[in-house]
Amino acid sequence: MNLQRRKALRTGGGMTLLTLVAAAGWLRAEDAQAAEWNKAAFETNSMDATMKALGGGTPAQSKDIAFFQTPDIAENGAVVPIGITSNIPKTESIAILVEKNPNMLAAVFDVPAGTDPSLSTRIKMGQSSNVYALVKADGKYFVASKEIKVTLGGCGG
Amino acid sequence: MPDPSRIRANVVGDSTEVKVLMNHEMETGQRKDAQGKVIPAWFIQDVTATWNGKTVLAAQWGPAVAKNPFLSFKFKGGAKGDKVVITWVDNRGEKRTDEATIA
Repeated sequence: MNLQRRKALRTGGGMTLLTLVAAAGWLRAEDAQAAEWNKAAFETNSMDATMKALGGGTPAQSKDIAFFQTPDIAENGAVVPIGITSNIPKTESIAILVEKNPNMLAAVFDVPAGTDPSLSTRIKMGQSSNVYALVKADGKYFVASKEIKVTLGGCGG
Repeated sequence: MPDPSRIRANVVGDSTEVKVLMNHEMETGQRKDAQGKVIPAWFIQDVTATWNGKTVLAAQWGPAVAKNPFLSFKFKGGAKGDKVVITWVDNRGEKRTDEATIA
């Protein structure tokens, strides 16, 4: 990473410039991780559109995906624990989608071989909604859903 | 520099269990301030976890991940004393790398 340039950016332009530069996408090249952040997928608001942006077809319902440590009723929509385990062989990635959030896709996790296809995190939910666990295994997509009731929303303000 | 992430990595059987708590606002871009102006989105986009230089988890996040994100996962292998490194990059290009020793 070019530290000189970064320093110049920070001291010279302050937050506004940095934000603009980041928004314009100029910083992305040097910060690029293994997978490029899929902007299109995170800006969709329907299952079909999200699947299209992720490059998959309609996912098949699966009983081999389980939620754990996930509440039926979340008191605070700003912090909803979600745990997902995939028992499908060759699981490559696990994504969390919330049907009624402004954008459905919350997170995508790439699970390399050797890592358990089981993880947990915390998400925000604007209102009671179905939450989908979308699993990509051996190139195919599978999905399981769970309804979570939210008594206090996590978006808006 | 953003605040450090808290990482705990423990050997469980033949695997290593990693728990991470990152420090980040995770602003959605949906909220408005007292003047009615939209607070711009500010959230972690990419998270990478490596062990001995090998990627053990890579994640792409949207703003719907909760504030001060928590993440827990397990990978096969790992011995006491090995290092687990967690790196995140947010949508402003800010980056933070933290490491923990497996216990």
